[in-house]
Amino acid sequence: MSLLRRRKGSESDKDSNTTRDSKPIEDEDSKTEKARREKTKKSKWGCVDSCCWLVGCICSLWWILLFLYNALPASIPQYVTEAITGPLPDPPGVKLYKEGLRVKHPVVFVPGIVTGGLELWEGHNCAEGLFRKRLWGGTFGEVYKRPLCWVEHLSLDNETGLDPPGIRVRPVSGLVAADYFAPGYFVWAVLIANLARLGYEEKTMYMAAYDWRISFQNTEVRDQTMSRIKSNIELMVKTNGKKVVVIPHSMGTLYFLHFMKWVEAPAPMGGGGGPDWCDKHIKAVLNIGAPFLGVPKAVAGIFSAEAKDIAVARAFAPVVLDNDIFGFQTLQHMMRMTRTWDSTMSMIPKGGETIWGTLDWSPEDGYACSSKKQKNNDTKAVQQKDQRSQGLLAKSVNYGRIISFGKAVAEAHSSKIERTNFKDAIMVNNLANTTCKDVWTEYNEMGIGAIRAVADHKVYTAGSVLDLLNFVAPKLMTRGSAHFSYGIADNLDDPKYEHYKYWSNPLETKLPNAPDMEIYSMYGVGIPTERAYVYKLSPPFECYIPFQIDNSADGENEDSCLSGGVYTVDGDETIPALSAGFMSAKGWRGKTRFNPSGIRTYIREYNHAPPANLLEGRGTQSGAHVDIMGNFALIEDILRVAAGATGEELGRDRVFSNIFKWSEKINLKL
Amino acid sequence: MGSILRFRQLCYVEPVKISSLINQKSYEPAKNDEVGGVPNVDDVFEKENKKRKTKRQTREWRFVDNCCWVIGYLCTTWWLLMFMYNCLPVALPGFQVPESPGVRFKREGLTALHPVVLVPGIVTGGLELWEGKPCAEGLFRKRLWGGSFSELFRRPLCWLEHLSLDSETGLDPEGIRVRAIPGLVAADYFAPGYFVWAVLIENLARIGYEGKNMHMAAYDWRISFQNTEVRDQTLNRLKAKIELMYATNGNKKVVVVPHSMGAIYFLHFLKWVESPPPMGGGGGPGWCAKHIKAVMNIGPTFLGVPKAVSNYFSAEAKDIANIRAMAPGLLDSDILGFQTLKHSLRLSRTWDTIGSLIPKGGETIWGNLDWSPEEGCNYDWAKKRLQYPSSSENNSTNNDAKRGCRVVEPVKYGRIISFGKASQMPSSLLQSLDIKKLQRSSILKNASSTCGEIWSEYDEMSRESIKEVADNKAYTARTLLDLLSSVAPKMMRRVEAQFSHGLADNLDDPKYSHFKYWSNPLETKLPDAPDVEIYCLYGVGIPTERSYIYKLVSTEKCNIIPYRIDSSAEGSENGCYDGGVYMVDGDQSVPVLSAGFMCAKGWKGQTRFNPSGMPTYIREYQHKPPSSILEGRGTESGGHVAIMGNVALIQDVMSVAAGATGEEIGGDRIYSDILKMSERVNIQL
Repeated sequence: MSLLRRRKGSESDKDSNTTRDSKPIEDEDSKTEKARREKTKKSKWGCVDSCCWLVGCICSLWWILLFLYNALPASIPQYVTEAITGPLPDPPGVKLYKEGLRVKHPVVFVPGIVTGGLELWEGHNCAEGLFRKRLWGGTFGEVYKRPLCWVEHLSLDNETGLDPPGIRVRPVSGLVAADYFAPGYFVWAVLIANLARLGYEEKTMYMAAYDWRISFQNTEVRDQTMSRIKSNIELMVKTNGKKVVVIPHSMGTLYFLHFMKWVEAPAPMGGGGGPDWCDKHIKAVLNIGAPFLGVPKAVAGIFSAEAKDIAVARAFAPVVLDNDIFGFQTLQHMMRMTRTWDSTMSMIPKGGETIWGTLDWSPEDGYACSSKKQKNNDTKAVQQKDQRSQGLLAKSVNYGRIISFGKAVAEAHSSKIERTNFKDAIMVNNLANTTCKDVWTEYNEMGIGAIRAVADHKVYTAGSVLDLLNFVAPKLMTRGSAHFSYGIADNLDDPKYEHYKYWSNPLETKLPNAPDMEIYSMYGVGIPTERAYVYKLSPPFECYIPFQIDNSADGENEDSCLSGGVYTVDGDETIPALSAGFMSAKGWRGKTRFNPSGIRTYIREYNHAPPANLLEGRGTQSGAHVDIMGNFALIEDILRVAAGATGEELGRDRVFSNIFKWSEKINLKL
Repeated sequence: MGSILRFRQLCYVEPVKISSLINQKSYEPAKNDEVGGVPNVDDVFEKENKKRKTKRQTREWRFVDNCCWVIGYLCTTWWLLMFMYNCLPVALPGFQVPESPGVRFKREGLTALHPVVLVPGIVTGGLELWEGKPCAEGLFRKRLWGGSFSELFRRPLCWLEHLSLDSETGLDPEGIRVRAIPGLVAADYFAPGYFVWAVLIENLARIGYEGKNMHMAAYDWRISFQNTEVRDQTLNRLKAKIELMYATNGNKKVVVVPHSMGAIYFLHFLKWVESPPPMGGGGGPGWCAKHIKAVMNIGPTFLGVPKAVSNYFSAEAKDIANIRAMAPGLLDSDILGFQTLKHSLRLSRTWDTIGSLIPKGGETIWGNLDWSPEEGCNYDWAKKRLQYPSSSENNSTNNDAKRGCRVVEPVKYGRIISFGKASQMPSSLLQSLDIKKLQRSSILKNASSTCGEIWSEYDEMSRESIKEVADNKAYTARTLLDLLSSVAPKMMRRVEAQFSHGLADNLDDPKYSHFKYWSNPLETKLPDAPDVEIYCLYGVGIPTERSYIYKLVSTEKCNIIPYRIDSSAEGSENGCYDGGVYMVDGDQSVPVLSAGFMCAKGWKGQTRFNPSGMPTYIREYQHKPPSSILEGRGTESGGHVAIMGNVALIQDVMSVAAGATGEEIGGDRIYSDILKMSERVNIQL
């Protein structure tokens, strides 16, 4: 207030000044006076003043808007939406409540990679004040404030794959761990809210949060996470008198597969729950977007940190990776960090060429990319042309070649490709690269020759990709191969399969002996999903990742599945339908050697429909990997199962994609 | 910048031009007048101009303009200051942050050994909404209790409705589910910046504690202890959690750290877990011995708190469980209309747990009309007050210092509630209250239907019985129960089904296997676990409410609770008596007697309450207020909640968690007269 007064005072002072001034010169030209006065005004109202004034204007306006916004009832956006799109359907929770469904089976959520929050329990000096604050998830404020410190704390020791000395980063526990990934970006929140409508609450819902960076067995070694999950499930079964329904998402499905083996395995390595633990405690496992057979994206992620959105991180925080907040080495830093995370290796494609295809064959052969499907209703000519190009494409897209160097190679017939054996190339330890030391990637230890050799091998299938990764990232893969395996078992009764590293590979484990259990594969379809990559050598300069996706490689026409160096196939944007659906469609269907007790499996696909307008947010019919958690049809299915329905009652399979045809083509001993 | 300038020119310079023009013209008549009053042809026009434009445009413009300018100025300054504040290094030179005990212990080589279970007390745990009425839309899984309490201000009645429980069953009302927040976040901070467990958690984390070996046993502190199990299976979950932590941490027994009411909650748990299944947890008789190393009760309310009585009676305790202390604005302002107190009375009367805090042990412990264990103990507050300002000083500026209370006659603490002069009358003159008669006379005279929406049972009492209750009477811990059941029969019926406040004659009586006795240390035996150590850790040196002087308020309508603490009664010099409340030594909420008696005498050695002879230790912490504002709530506080930041206490807890025994941390540590007081309590052991 005093400011105000002073300001006014000066105004009047000025006025009186001018009055006094004007007395002796009353007869003078008023124009000059005016000019002069304007001048004084201007100088008084300097830049600072006008800035302040502007800021004030904006602030007040902002406050008024904020006030108005708060004063509005919360349902206004809904009214607007309804006015535009017609009445919204009831959320599934309300709808099913009206049908009389109530809480029955306790529910366990198993979050996937990346979506779970991580918090700091012990850190270096640079992380002061962050005790028990979220480092991962939430606003990611610290990434901007102290990026290097952040990277340091989220990285793991690259020898052991565990905590570096002096740093303890632990998963956030409870439902808050993964209800929202970032403010406003829901993961489990919608599902939780709908379950709560049926009467679910903390005692009947449990978020099995785990540290998704470290390997599955290490979560038990370091945090006893699996013991805690076991104890919690036992408790919920005991206090509610009903078996649990488990809902894993994304990598959580592999984690839970591992858990089911672990819990029945004898004590030193396993949980010692006995052979009928799963039968006694689990009603159903509802796998959402399961990468059972791995994701090609994981290969690109490890190879060049470059998959379109390695483990969704980029999609979530595009600015984090694409900006140059770490200087010019964002990707290297990212790569260095993610390479210390063992869990990324659980998602390397499994089953080799049998599943993912050889140089010339792949189960998805003949897949027509979605852009074309929509066009099919057009004129005849176009249709004919389409059919022709479709025929061409069917021959030319070799999905089996997960990595190929150069577009020409990717499309050529296998007999025409000359390949050299890269394994003979010598690892020249190029000591010249000392400048890159702080940015640790193993590429610095590779010589130019070795890099050339890798490129000269030209084409890699799911089988040889493993050799490739072993060659370019030996340390990482040694660590990884101690915890994960990517093969297909010939004889599942081989005692070596009792080792935990096989537990998360569905092709190398038997499902538990639990004939009453049900397994669902629920996933979105209808979105182009990364399946194979065209690479090129990047111009060699200091400290750079020597390979990169060839962004210029596009298909001849817009119908092509190739765009920006990536061949796409049907899936949920992250996981190809093959990976998510194959086990339920064929590998576990009926009584097979992977499923000796004949656990019933169901496939529930959800066709992607983008949100009709902006107000819908991420949509209620999305099929995308994470957005599917808000898909009403999926939520309804889950709610019904949780309230006691079986797969039969749900309507068994619900399929939109060609998953059964593709599975048919895979020649796997069952 | 260019665009800003242009904008400014548009909005600002242009009007200024106009105004300057106007000004210029408007001066002319004045000039003319001064010069000689030569009339001008343009006079009329100019005057009109002046009237029309200067008044409207310039004034209006200037005002808005100036406002904006001022706001902008303030905002900018604020941002600048914020920016500078953020740029400052955490540790200012000159202000040395004392090393936290966690850092020191880590240097000394202590590491996490025993898993730790934290049991929060009443009020401090957060509550969140799971299902609500339409008025609570958008609050799903938001904190209703704890945090910023913003909803209380936005929709107070809705908030009250959701936090109240059903007045018949003491459970959820229809269509409302409010649940305890799980995890460490439940009670690390009560409100932003107001720590409860956070300091302890942070220090424990320094020596290696984390989620897997530290657990917050959050429970819904509004409902009775057994009901937490019935409704939420909280006790079962706690049992499973302790078993799990025991198993996954190399078969190390857990150290339990209950605070405030958590102490009796955990006492209840100890009995529950070993009792057979239908009522108990079925852990078998060796469960406690197998799983528990030590129970470190912080500020335990073992024998109850007189404050709970006054809260039930008139919702008026000085800070019943800190509500008022923490949010003084809440109750004292009239945000709920004129009925704040009444609303809070109604709310807290639906909470059964407050019934667990009613003084236990009757006259044997708390004293009768003429005698009390604390009398004769010399609390020379006056002396202490020279060293530090205490809260009791506020009223003592009265100039009747000479009259002061030299307490020739000892304060009769035994009379927990007395009306008028009954506080110091000889006992022979006091009438006794015939409760039966009172109950008969108070059969539903629901006169005031206008008060229907604000339920409190006072409305159902007749004026005669209200008078009857007050008529120069004094109530001891025993007759208090009768008093409460006459003023609030429904509530006391509920409370008495869940809690008992007596003193057992024969502990082997089979009736004591009922759960309502489990939280009363005077009516249960401790489990058979000779190795478990029991600590009583509490603050001393703060005047604590012990007994009250009430007065009758003229009851015109429903808006007034008929009884009120007689705060006009002037404070005495020695601080024993202040604003209608008699004080004793304690931690501001719990009197020393309640917190320390069981450890000092009831359980000391092998007694009938402690048949296996668990060792007990008393650790008292002398209150010292923070020396400067920078210290926040202080590192040597003895206040009921602030003690959680007391460095000495944290050290003790950490030592025990890292493996030390009670002997190793120095056995008893006593500042108060607790031993003398306990001596005076005549109880069969």
